[in-house]
This record gives sequence, structure tokens and C-alpha cells, in this order.
Amino acid sequence: MQLWLIPLLPFAGFLINGLFGRRFSKGVVNVFAIGSVVLSFAWVLKTILGLGDLTSAHVEHYFTWIQSGTFNIGCDFAVDRLTAVMLLVVTGVGSLIHIYAIGYMAHEHGPHHGGYYRFFAYLNLFMFFMLVLVLGANFLVLFVGWEGVGLCSYLLIGFYFDKKFATDAGNKAFIVNRIGDFGFALAMFYIVKTFGSLDFATVFQKAPTAPESALTLIGLLLMVGAAGKSAQIPLYVWLPDAMAGPTPVSALIHAATMVTAGVYMTARSFAIYSHAPAALDVIAIIGVATAFFAATIGIAQNDIKKVFAYSTVSQLGYMFLGVGSHAVSAGIYHLVTHAFFKALLFLGSGSVIHALSGEQDLRQMGGLRSKIPWTFWTMMCAAVAISGIPPFAGFFSKDAILVAAYAHAPWMYWLGTLTAGITAFYVFRAMFMAFFGDYRGHEHHPHESPPVMMIPLVILAALSLAGGYLFKVPQFLAPMFPLAEAPENFTLVAVSVGAGVAGILLAYVMYVAQPGMADSLASGMKGLYTLVYNKYFVDEIYDATVVNPLVGGSRILLWRFADVGIIDGIANGIGSRARDIGGILRRLQSGNIRSYAAWVLFGGVLVIVAMGMAGGVR
Amino acid sequence: MNLLTLLLALPLAGFLIALLLPRSSPHASRTWALGISLLTFVVSLALPAMFDRGAAGNQFTLDVPWISTPEIHYHVAVDGVGLWLLLLSTFLTPICVLISWRSIQNRVKEFFAFLLLLEFGLIGVFIAQDLFLFYVFWEVSLVPMYFLVGIWGHERRIYAAVKFFLFTMAGSVLMLAAIIYVYNRAGTFSYPVLLDMLQSGRLSFAPQEQLYLFLAFFIAFAIKVPIFPLHTWLPDAHVEAPTAGSVMLASVMLKMGTYGILHFCLPLFPSASRRCAPWIVVLAIIGIIYGALVSMVQPNMKKLVAYSSVSHLGFVILGIFSFTQLGLDGAVYQMLNHGISTGALFVLVGLLYERRHSLEIKDYGGVSTVAPWLATVFLITTLASIGLPTLNNFVGEFLVLQGAALANYTWAVYAAIGVILSACYMLWLYQRVFYGEAGEQVRSHLPDMNLREWAAVVPLVVMMVWMGVYSQSFLPPVSKTTARVLSQAQVNVPFQVQLRPNTEVARAR
Repeated sequence: MQLWLIPLLPFAGFLINGLFGRRFSKGVVNVFAIGSVVLSFAWVLKTILGLGDLTSAHVEHYFTWIQSGTFNIGCDFAVDRLTAVMLLVVTGVGSLIHIYAIGYMAHEHGPHHGGYYRFFAYLNLFMFFMLVLVLGANFLVLFVGWEGVGLCSYLLIGFYFDKKFATDAGNKAFIVNRIGDFGFALAMFYIVKTFGSLDFATVFQKAPTAPESALTLIGLLLMVGAAGKSAQIPLYVWLPDAMAGPTPVSALIHAATMVTAGVYMTARSFAIYSHAPAALDVIAIIGVATAFFAATIGIAQNDIKKVFAYSTVSQLGYMFLGVGSHAVSAGIYHLVTHAFFKALLFLGSGSVIHALSGEQDLRQMGGLRSKIPWTFWTMMCAAVAISGIPPFAGFFSKDAILVAAYAHAPWMYWLGTLTAGITAFYVFRAMFMAFFGDYRGHEHHPHESPPVMMIPLVILAALSLAGGYLFKVPQFLAPMFPLAEAPENFTLVAVSVGAGVAGILLAYVMYVAQPGMADSLASGMKGLYTLVYNKYFVDEIYDATVVNPLVGGSRILLWRFADVGIIDGIANGIGSRARDIGGILRRLQSGNIRSYAAWVLFGGVLVIVAMGMAGGVR
Repeated sequence: MNLLTLLLALPLAGFLIALLLPRSSPHASRTWALGISLLTFVVSLALPAMFDRGAAGNQFTLDVPWISTPEIHYHVAVDGVGLWLLLLSTFLTPICVLISWRSIQNRVKEFFAFLLLLEFGLIGVFIAQDLFLFYVFWEVSLVPMYFLVGIWGHERRIYAAVKFFLFTMAGSVLMLAAIIYVYNRAGTFSYPVLLDMLQSGRLSFAPQEQLYLFLAFFIAFAIKVPIFPLHTWLPDAHVEAPTAGSVMLASVMLKMGTYGILHFCLPLFPSASRRCAPWIVVLAIIGIIYGALVSMVQPNMKKLVAYSSVSHLGFVILGIFSFTQLGLDGAVYQMLNHGISTGALFVLVGLLYERRHSLEIKDYGGVSTVAPWLATVFLITTLASIGLPTLNNFVGEFLVLQGAALANYTWAVYAAIGVILSACYMLWLYQRVFYGEAGEQVRSHLPDMNLREWAAVVPLVVMMVWMGVYSQSFLPPVSKTTARVLSQAQVNVPFQVQLRPNTEVARAR
């Protein structure tokens, strides 16, 4: 089926634009950048339709990548139902965001002329790696995509590379992800140690026979990797900073696709997790804790993109809660619906930022409802979807997760429901601050975005509204992840929906009905507000406990003291001792013939005496 | 004519003729060096083309007597490891000529002559099958490097050159003593004959004897690698050396040490190698982490890359002493990878130095704005160096760490920390040099790459991608050779028996 065409098309777009884009007009850049991704989407559709019902994986082997002894890793791609879902999300949502970016980036050049082509080249490269990630038929090919999307994320976060905060954020993203990848790599080493292979088919087939301790260790290490890529506690810190990149990047990479790679990977490895309940429990706990923790931070953010960034962290937590509660298909379901509504929220905020010529501070907005109505209404669709209001997309998937969580551990359900309420609150807080009340900004003529940006918004709005109903992901994935026989529990559903409605109402009261209330509440609970506003000082704690000791210790203790002081000091010390001894011996070489003669005589006598003592010459 | 002899003769003849060229026309020297090194490279391409990939043993053998007493032979041959290291040398020499084209302005003739002599010595090291001949080439390669650093280096070049020379000499004297000792025991310098005698039991070293001999060889090689804590000559030599010197030093000369360990220490002294392995692995892991941490805080670009070499070479040592097929393959692959990617880093740092005349990181910033292609190539090299999949280093690091994990999982855990740290120091370097606002000095002094510089850099980038994506072009001959080394390292001459005295014998009775 030529699966390789799916990633290779965007890669070709990257190569063409990357090498020659500088000389192209924007139109030509668009043709290659958008054309390649749309073609890839078309090829995905053709492939999936052509492969029938996909009850078993379709594998293609291309060449041997690494071979050593009997150990062998192929460059293999595979498609099964899980991959099909991911492929559709990545290329489908990816295409929409690419199209949107034409409008969004039209006025942005980056630090020097030619930022436009560079942006699209990176975006295409990202698509390539993301598609490799979901297509890979073994852990190492998945890892290629995994690291590759991290690279593109780094490049695009630091797209405005003359700004220090942007490149700092890029470095932070890459390095924090590396910490996660450390876990992932160790998991792979242990998989090879246990199963002798990295091929999904082999490993998952043998998994039931492996000892549970090994599976648990592998599961936990994989989770470290997933926590890095999907921004879970304790490695979530890079994602909010990643908003330094252009907004389409935030939508595509840091909301819809790349950050969900961790969820995909744990779902993919579920054959391991299903025999490692302890590891699965850890996933559920990290998921629900992250969901709650990040949601609370989202309440107090004033940068519109930061609100949605913490929201993404929180929603990813839900997905892990789903996987950890044995409801893999629910997790993937939420991945899909989240791709719709969160991409829409980001693209919508991009449209707002575009309208206000770069303003991102919610306090400088207000009353935009009438000025940019299309943006408002489309974002509203996403807002109701994320709040879990039936029958919109988020309702179905979040509900599936929460019901599964209740079956797994009731306290997780309650914490998840509370988080659902907080989610609805902070999303609508942002919506009300931006679109209701009086306009507080400086830009005099907020303008609606061009059609090339609005059309993707409208399509995503339609998907956010109807996507949950149209795409029954759990049923589609049922052959891989059997549906749990959970009884329909109407109370649970009602409570979680109630939490969402309550959150919206509270936001309405605080930010529309009685606008002063939020500020007085914040000053009333000053300590708590400061703590949340500063994101619990987690970045500062990491800096103080890890980063600074490491850098300072390396500089003073390792380099100046150990390396230059001791190790090199010893070497130089030996050198100068040798020179001292040489200096003493040098006195013998006086150049004075008479003293040489005396030494010869002395030596001769010494030899004779020595021979005499040894018994003489026989 | 024997292909290897031809490959030795070309740079040697090049060196001799280069000496005869008139001092008054430096351009003739440059052109000659480029021509002869390119010719050598083209001829060396015949090696992999004609190499029998199915065979494990030495190929292209030529063995003729050289000196009758003591019996020293001119005995050359390559195996699957020496093959690639030889190719690495011939591949990098023309690149070194290209990047020295403008940067070397005084004593041009001598510079290029020494570069060719260096190539001669390096090729010799990787093909010599006679211990004495090996020692000769080992020392021959030392001399031109000493002069390259000492004459064309930066401010503290004399200090660095002498330090480099003394460190290496200290090791080689030990090795020479051990070689002579082995000759006295076995009556031959011929390496294949020695191995044969060990295999058949006609020659065996007592445990203590083996340990001392192993250490004598190992320390000589360890200084060259360099293994922590014998590394302090390296940062000095790198910082002071001219660009071409740094490239050859990092890319090829360091591999003389790792090649020596793999090629001589393991097969000759198998039980001592195994006995020392845990200690050496600890040193390797310390080197990986320590090198990375110290690299992170360097204010000087070349020093940063130099310490990163300590870290990278730690992986090679770890792989070798994991005694697994994957570890050994990865170690050899990592030798080649480090040669390509760190060589490229030094080339690129050299290009920056040629423009801005500074190696201090703080003198840069915003280079991406003024020289976007230079920035792009540097980025690709950086990514190769930090082991991004689809680029070369990843394959080597993966195999080494996987091999280490198979031998002892804890080793892999500690060593993998180095992979995190490599991202820290390289990306931080990249950010400070290439990102940010371009200052006045950077803006006016940093043009993008010219055609000659492209010609030097593109082959390196091509190799990074090729070796990262399609390792099957390179790994199979390596695997054959390392499998043989592993089996040779299984020959446990009396050592094991002595550790458990008489139990076997008692049971037999």
C-alpha cells in the first residue's frame, strides 16, 4: 500500500522549501507546504479505505536499519486501527492548521527575511516525524519520530530566535523531553533484555509470558517517556513555555498532535501494561493529578495562550487517566475530540491575537464579541465542547473516561469531575474576559481574520460540535481494546455534566454579571492566589534544586577544582618535579673538562670497588 | 601492487615531494596536498569495494621481511574495523586541506607536508600487523601532530604541544616495553602468529604477567583515547591546535587508542581484560558524565567540544568492555561517528574562528541572522552529536547502551545520563552562538559559507545522514570482525583455572 508515501510527502515538502524556499514567492511555498500535507491526508484516506476492516495490522518492511549479531531492527511501518485513527487526526487536523497558517503567518517574517519558508519547512518536517511516530512498527522507529517531533518542537518554539525567551523555551522543551526520553530509552533496553526484540508484534505477543516485575519496570520507564512528551507531572514544565512559538505551532504540535504521542505510546504498549497493574495505577494517578493540578493553574493565567496551554496539560492528564483506568479507547477518544476543540481554541486565540496585532493579555481584551463575531462563535463551539456539555464532542470522551475512572477508583472520578468543573470555569473565564464586557485594549481597529483562517476554524467548530457523535472511536477500536461492560450509570454522567455547567455559571457570575468579584476574591485569598498565579513556583524550585546546583557544581567543583586543580595539577606537578630533578642533574653537565675527568675517575673507582665486592673478575 | 602499500606510499610520496616544492609558491603546496589527498581517498575507496564482507579475517595482506634480527616484518592487512578507520583518515585529510586553505598563511609548505605525513602515520597504524611496525607508525603519527600544534597553534601552543607529546610518550614507552617483553616470550612480532599461538596454547601468559602486560598496553591506549582521568592533555591540545590539527586529533588520533584496545588488548590478554572490565567501565561512565558536565560550563567553544569528546569516547570504551556483540559493534560505529560529527564540529568552529578570530562563546550571538547556512549545518552537526535518530551517532550510542544493558543494566542507566547532558551542553552552546540579536562585530565579520567551505562540509553532512539511516553499508564487516574479537577474548588461558584451583581436576578424578 506504499505506506512510506504518507510521511515522505511532507518530507519532500520540507526538502524543497528548506533548500530553495528562500527564492520562492509565498505562493510557491504554500503550494509545496500545504500541497504535500493535503496529499498525504488523501493518501491516508486511500490507504485506510484500501485496507478493508483492518482487524489485524498491515505491516510493510523496507530495509534493515540496524543489525548486530542476531539482533535486528528494520525500518518497518504498520497500520492497524489505532494507527488509522492517529493518521487521520494528524493529517486531517494538520492540513487544516497548515491552511490556517497561510493567513496567520502572512505578516510574520521571523527575525530575518525568509522566516515564512522556514516556518513551513519546519512544519512539514514535523508532519514527517509525527507520521513516522504513528506508523512505526517497532519501538525504535517510533522513537525516531518521537525524537524528531521533539526537534521540530524545539525549532518552532524558538522560531523567533532573536528573542531570548523563545530560544530558552526551546531549549527547555528539548532538554525536559530528553529526560523523558532517558526513561523511554531505558525501557527499550529492558525490552530487548527481556524479549530480545523491539518489534511490536513480537514483544506484545510474548508479553503475557514475561515476569510481572519486568513488565512493571518497562511500563514505568515508558511512562517516564510519555510524561516528558505529553507534559505530565513532573515533566510538564516545558509546555506552557512552549507557547513562545507561533500560534499555529501551539495548535498543531502543542495541543493536537505531538503532545498526545505519549498517550498513543502507552495505548500502543497496552499489551505490556495490561499485565502490569501497578504501572497502570501509576499512570492513572499521574494522569488525574496532572489534570487537577494544571487546571488550577489555568484559573489564574492572564495570557490567553497560557490558559489553553495549562488546559492542554490538564486534558492530557484525562487521557492518561483513561489509559490508566483500562479504558484505552476512551483515552484515544478524548485524544481525538481534544484535537478538534483544543486546536480550535488555539487557532481561535490566534485569530484574536491577529485581530489585536499581537496582543495576548486577556486584561487588554474584552467586548470582542461584536468586533470579531466569527472568531467568537467558533471558539464558543470549542468552549462548550471542552466543558463536557452534551451532546458536543468533549462530553462523549470525557464521560467515557470518568465512568471508567469510577470503575477503577471512585476518588479518581470525583477528582476528575471537580477538574471538569474547573476546566469549564477557566475556559469560560477566558472567553468572557476576551469577548464580553467593554473593550480595554489599545489596538484601535480589531479586524476579523481572512477567510483562509476562518475556514479551518469553521470546520473545526463543526467537528467540535458533532465530532463526538460522528466518530465513535471506542467502537472502532473495540477489536483491539474491548469495551468494558460498565453499566450505564446516569448519576455519574449527570454529576460530571453538572460540574461543567456549574463552572460556566460561576465564570459568568464572576466575569460578566459582577465583574469586580474576581479581583476582590483574589485579594481576599492573597496567599493562595499568589501561589497559583506563580504556578506553584515549580520552575523556581526546579532551578534551585536541579539546574543551578548542576551548573554551579560543574563549574566550580568539577572543572575549576577537580579538573584544572587536581587532575591537571598532578600531571603538571609530575612535569615540574621532573624538571626540578633535571635541574639538579644539569649541574653535572658543567661543560668543564676537568670535572668530567674527575667524574670518570670517580665512576671507574666505583666500578672496581663494586666488582671487588661482588667477588672480583673470574 | 598491494593496495594497502599503495595507500601508504601515496601520502608518503606526497610528503616527500611537498618538501621539495618551492617555498615561494604556497599555492602549489595547497594544490599538491589537495590533489594527493584526494587521490589517496579515491584509491582507498577501492578497499570497501573489493573487501570480502563475508569473511572475518584480515584482507589485502602483504607480509615481507623488513629487518632480519630481530625479525621484524613489513606486514600489513586490514580487517572490518581497520578498513573504516583507514577510510575515515583518507576521507578527512582532503577536508583538512580545504579548511586550511586560507587560515594557514605562514610556512604553508611545511604545514601541508606535515598533514600528509600525518595521514601516512595514521593509515599505517590501522593496517600494521607486526607489533613493531605498529609501534613505528604509532610514533610516526605523533611527530607531525606535535609540529602542527606547536608551530601553527594559538597562544599557548608550545605548552599544549609539549604536554601532548609527553603524555603520549609516557604511554608509548610502556607499550614498547610490553611489546619487547612479548617478543622475548614468543619470539615473534607478528600479531596473527601471536594470536595463533595463544589460540593453540603454545603461548600463554600467567595471570600476573598478563595483567601487567595488559595494563602496559592499556595505559598507552587509554592516554590516547583519553580515558578519565588521563584526559587533561586533550582540552589544551584541542584549543591550541589549528583547525586541521583539531580535526585530525579528535577524529582519527583518538581512535588509535580505542582501536588499539579493541585490536590488541582484548585478543592478546583476554582474561586480564575481563578482570579489569568492571573498573574500566566505571572509568568510562565517569568520563561520560564528567566530560559532559565539565563541557557544559566551558566558555571556550573548542574546549567545550574537547570535553564532549571525553564524554563520547566514554561510550566507546563502555561498549568495548561490555563484551557483547552489540556493545562492540556500537563502539566501533561510535568511533566512526565521533570522527565524522566531532570532526565536523571542529571544522565549523574553525570557520567561525576564521571570521571572528575568537573562540570565546560570549563573542558570538545572532550568527543565524547573518550566516543562515552556516547555522543550518552547525545545527545538523549539533543534532548528530547529541544522538538524534536518523543521524549517525544515534545508531552507535543505541548499540553501545543496549550492549551495556545486556551486560549489566545499571551501567546503561548511568551512561544514558550522558545522553541527557549532551543535549544540555550542545543546545546551550548553539543558543549562545547562533541565536539572539547579532551584535556589531558579528554582523560585520560573519559572511556565510563560500564554495570551498561548502565542499569541505557537505561530505561530512552526507556521511552523518547516510550512517544514521543506512548503517547496513558499514556495520556488516564490523560485526564480522568484532565477533572474531569476542571469540578470541573467550580464550581463557590459565586465569580462570588458577582462580578455582584443582576443582576441575578433582572432579575429573
